[in-house]
Amino acid sequence: MTLAIDVDAATVHYGTVLALDKASVQLERGSVCGLVGMNGSGKSTLFKTIMGLLKPDTGKVLVNGSSPLQARKSGAIGYVPQNEAVDWDFPISVREVVMTGRYGHMGFTRRPKKADQIAVDAALERVDLAEHAGRQIGQLSGGQKKRAFVARCIAQESNIMLLDEPFAGVDKRSEATITKLLREVADQGGSVLISTHDLHALPTLADQAILLMRKVLMQGDPQLVLQPENLAMAFGLDPMNRGGAA
Amino acid sequence: MNLIELLAEPLSYTFMVRALAVTVIAAILCAVLSCWLVLIGWSLMGDAVSHAVLPGVVLAYIVGAPFALGALVFGFLAVALIGGVRDTSRLKEDAAIGIVFTTLFSFGLVLISVTPSHLDLNHIIFGNLLGVSAADLWQVIILGAVTFLILVLKRKDFTLYAFDSTHAHALGMNPRLIGAVLLGLLAMTSVVALQAVGVILVVAMLIIPGASAYLLTNSFGKMLIIAPGLAALAGIIGVYVSYYVDASTGGMVVLSQGAIFVLVYLFSPRQGLVAHRLMLLRRRKTLEAAAK
Ligand SMILES: Nc1ncnc2c1ncn2[C@@H]1O[C@H](COP(=O)(O)OP(=O)(O)OP(=O)(O)O)[C@@H](O)[C@H]1O
Ligand SMILES: [Mg+2]
Repeated sequence: MTLAIDVDAATVHYGTVLALDKASVQLERGSVCGLVGMNGSGKSTLFKTIMGLLKPDTGKVLVNGSSPLQARKSGAIGYVPQNEAVDWDFPISVREVVMTGRYGHMGFTRRPKKADQIAVDAALERVDLAEHAGRQIGQLSGGQKKRAFVARCIAQESNIMLLDEPFAGVDKRSEATITKLLREVADQGGSVLISTHDLHALPTLADQAILLMRKVLMQGDPQLVLQPENLAMAFGLDPMNRGGAA
Repeated sequence: MNLIELLAEPLSYTFMVRALAVTVIAAILCAVLSCWLVLIGWSLMGDAVSHAVLPGVVLAYIVGAPFALGALVFGFLAVALIGGVRDTSRLKEDAAIGIVFTTLFSFGLVLISVTPSHLDLNHIIFGNLLGVSAADLWQVIILGAVTFLILVLKRKDFTLYAFDSTHAHALGMNPRLIGAVLLGLLAMTSVVALQAVGVILVVAMLIIPGASAYLLTNSFGKMLIIAPGLAALAGIIGVYVSYYVDASTGGMVVLSQGAIFVLVYLFSPRQGLVAHRLMLLRRRKTLEAAAK
């Protein structure tokens, strides 16, 4: 079976800054993989490389066995951006944001059909935002904002979901809602790559974990990856003892 | 003279009917586009492109090509030069914009001054609403209709580009292409609006309506109705007032838009300055009452 994501020895620079150093990542279908690393370790860069926003200097990237471009065109890639990448004052409602997830299913003028409305309503229901659907996107709490973007990903029906720190500034309840959803996505055959600083919750969330520090230090079972000596490699100290907040 | 006579009298002159038609078309088109420009943060870009099309229009006149073609070429040239200067030097974008558009604009001025022609500098710089010919009107109608149609049919894509271009990319769209199309439409719109208010004031029509609408609503769909509505209203008021007080027509049109912005800025129900102050006052009163 082809891998959902296959990054093979990708090296990425920003100008002279080395952001990824021969990083290799494999993501199997039907699994959740947690991406762990310090600020600046290259997590967002890895996401952008998988999406084809950045081209690796060397190495190659396959998504569903084909190029990132083909994968995007087939609607296979859903992306939840890191918080600061969003204009929260934009005059757009929660429902409209989720509807943009359906654009790949729509025609030239992106006019929603019945199926699109149903998918959007269902996605809003699943993240528990149906009652706030009409609100402007900035008028949500931090956790609700995240759930809105997760709903967009769900509505898209992509089989690969990339989430860049969806738990930043999110309370336990929202985190649990999102975790449960991602598990369901994986159980239905979807693949999830998620960067997070919440190390304590990692074993419940993910089947696999990746330790990133420009290089992929290791990829494997979360329990194994979270061993103090392994974390020390990535963080320089044991972050579990600091309450997991990196 | 009653109100109906007041409104009807100017319409007995063909030049006034044409002036009104061009004003309303240009105002609506600019206003629709301005909704995206304001949200993407392209106000300065609107300024730059609308000035930079000048040499294109003059060259098109000299070789007998359509104005729109010349404007498009120079609109894109300006955007490419701005991007080039920004990316290959340590200058920030505002400096790059300032350098590129003033240089191109000056090039246009020089071209006009050395071209023996009927091309009247004043008309291009300040607009020539009262001298619109039938041919001018047709050009405005056709160009305006095409631009308007593309903007409206592809509005969802432009809005997604403005809101979250990374998501557009993830869906397999081409954000760079969407941005380029929007800039092309900006150049076309500049040609239309140039007829009405002239090169210098086009930028006002490209910013004020969208900015006013943004202060009035939290829905982009409503902005796309409110902005052209306000702009058309301001345009009509401007033309009539200029007729009766015998003042600069283009100037009066933009002045009306500015006046409407001031009203919105002060009295918008949610975002307005007055509503905001009142809310603070009321809140303080309730707090004081609670403290007693
Ligand atoms: N646009 C850019 N230009 C130059 N350098 C960049 C750019 N974006 C990121 N970098 C650098 O690349 C490295 C990796 O950045 P990246 O954003 O991928 O880290 P991250 O793991 O996502 O960090 P965080 O946890 O803070 O989100 C960092 O050293 C960063 O400074
Ligand atoms: Mg990041």
